[in-house]
Amino acid sequence: MTLGDGARIAVIGAGPAGSMFSYFFLSMAETIGLDVAIDIFEPRRFCHRGPAGCNHCGGIVSESLVQRLATEGIRLPDCVVQRGIESYTLHMDVGDVEIATPLMEKRIAAIYRGIGPRSSEPLETHSFDGYLLDLATQKGARVIPRLVTGLRREEDSMRVQCADQFTDSYELAVVATGVNSRLTEMLERESGEFARPDRTKTFICEFHLGRKVIRETFGPSMHVFLLDIPRLEFAALIPKGDYVTLCLLGDDIDEALIDKFFSAREVRERFPDGVIPGHVCHCYPRINIRSASPVCGDRLVFIGDSGTTRLFKDGIGAAYRTSKAAAKTAIFHGVSAEDFGNHYAPLCRRINNDNRVGKLVFRFATLVQKARFARRGILAMTAHEQRQTDSPRRMSGVLWDLFSGSASYTDVFLRTLHPAYLGALLWNLVAANLPGSPSGNGRAEKGGHGHVRH
Amino acid sequence: MAGLGKNYKAGEVIFRQGDTGNCMFVIQDGEVEAIAESDGREFRLRTMGRNDFFGEMALFEEETRTATIRTTKPTRILSIDKKNFLGGIYEDPSLAFRLVQTMSHRIRDLTERLARYEQQK
Repeated sequence: MTLGDGARIAVIGAGPAGSMFSYFFLSMAETIGLDVAIDIFEPRRFCHRGPAGCNHCGGIVSESLVQRLATEGIRLPDCVVQRGIESYTLHMDVGDVEIATPLMEKRIAAIYRGIGPRSSEPLETHSFDGYLLDLATQKGARVIPRLVTGLRREEDSMRVQCADQFTDSYELAVVATGVNSRLTEMLERESGEFARPDRTKTFICEFHLGRKVIRETFGPSMHVFLLDIPRLEFAALIPKGDYVTLCLLGDDIDEALIDKFFSAREVRERFPDGVIPGHVCHCYPRINIRSASPVCGDRLVFIGDSGTTRLFKDGIGAAYRTSKAAAKTAIFHGVSAEDFGNHYAPLCRRINNDNRVGKLVFRFATLVQKARFARRGILAMTAHEQRQTDSPRRMSGVLWDLFSGSASYTDVFLRTLHPAYLGALLWNLVAANLPGSPSGNGRAEKGGHGHVRH
Repeated sequence: MAGLGKNYKAGEVIFRQGDTGNCMFVIQDGEVEAIAESDGREFRLRTMGRNDFFGEMALFEEETRTATIRTTKPTRILSIDKKNFLGGIYEDPSLAFRLVQTMSHRIRDLTERLARYEQQK
């Protein structure tokens, strides 16, 4: 079951996974001289502000993905990058510490999936999703602005059905709708053999603070909070152009949890005069926390969030990896369930296995959230490392990769088992909790990279 | 504030011939020149602009840099870690395709230059 000249492919959804699949598929087809056509079904237009043009996401392109895209020749233009991030600032009740890259280089991109929050002023911005879709259309993909409501298997093709009764058949259907669409729900209900991904609710909102305030209070740093709030796994304030995006991840985020987060002193202190302004835009998007099953069938493949993604982090990076793996399989091997099973599913299994380790890592982070003495030790060890320029930055590296999603959870976990890491952590746990130690008595505050003020 | 990588002024040296290194670089904006140094003299090998990369040999060999790279105008450059790059290739060998293409063009260019040099000798 292979694709020949004249084959037609339907890509459902023009988020990063759908657009990158189309871009890589058409690039590879061009390289080997295969004449194929791609139709991307996407009713959303990324030139609209607010929910109409947004794909509901915190909007971070990880360090590893920025580098891989650059290697592929895909440069993220300045109008797409709302802010280059060069450090993370960790906020805890025992103090704050800034974790900077040794090179002081901006390698993480804060982006908008649409072109900005609802009610925002006209900005010189370009949607990240819109930019990737442009790359795909420049390669020859055609955008069909229709909502797909059904997908039916025929003898030698997949039939796509749209809300406006439009219908057409294709040699391959690529589902890249994410988890916030009704298509995967419908496929689960009607097929009887497909289980859509398990999901949980998150919270994202945007605050308008203006560039000057953001530069002075947030800088080119992503602010991450490790607070003792039940069900909260990760919280971050991400500075962008005139806005700051708040992203809360955890177990079914609800209003009670959000109120508790906003009432935390560490959060209020991040805003001018300690007052949290009203948000201009918010949503409760769902995220994939367990892979779809199966992720492929004959002439059918699920990529990005619709199939498999990384737990809590680097969803766009997972979209890149799954979309490219699916494109390579379809071009060089074939489009049967067996082809995808042999050449695409192994990547999904690797991501799923890594997510299992990720759950363990986040469980450990939850323990740290609850143990003040552990937070003191982590603060002391990180601050000490940031002050040194020539010694290994073991804790900083672990935290950096955990926050940024730049390394696999397995890699992060294995590094925490290194005797030197464990020894240094033990030493800092003792030293930071001795009576009379700087952080043992109260709250240490940041005064530059790794400098703690008491 | 927007934009990725690190900013360099015109005339700044990114690395020198003979330096050791473990990353390569991709130009985000601006221009650099590659310079070979011999007997105290400089020979410009080529100029490179947006989306071009340099320093890739350090990813594959434990050798020193073969040329000096200097900016000719204000330039923004993104570095690519050896670990990230080789890890990516291990998972997806096609990631190296563009690198191989560019290195092939450079070998072709150097071969043509060598042929011209031999004719002029």
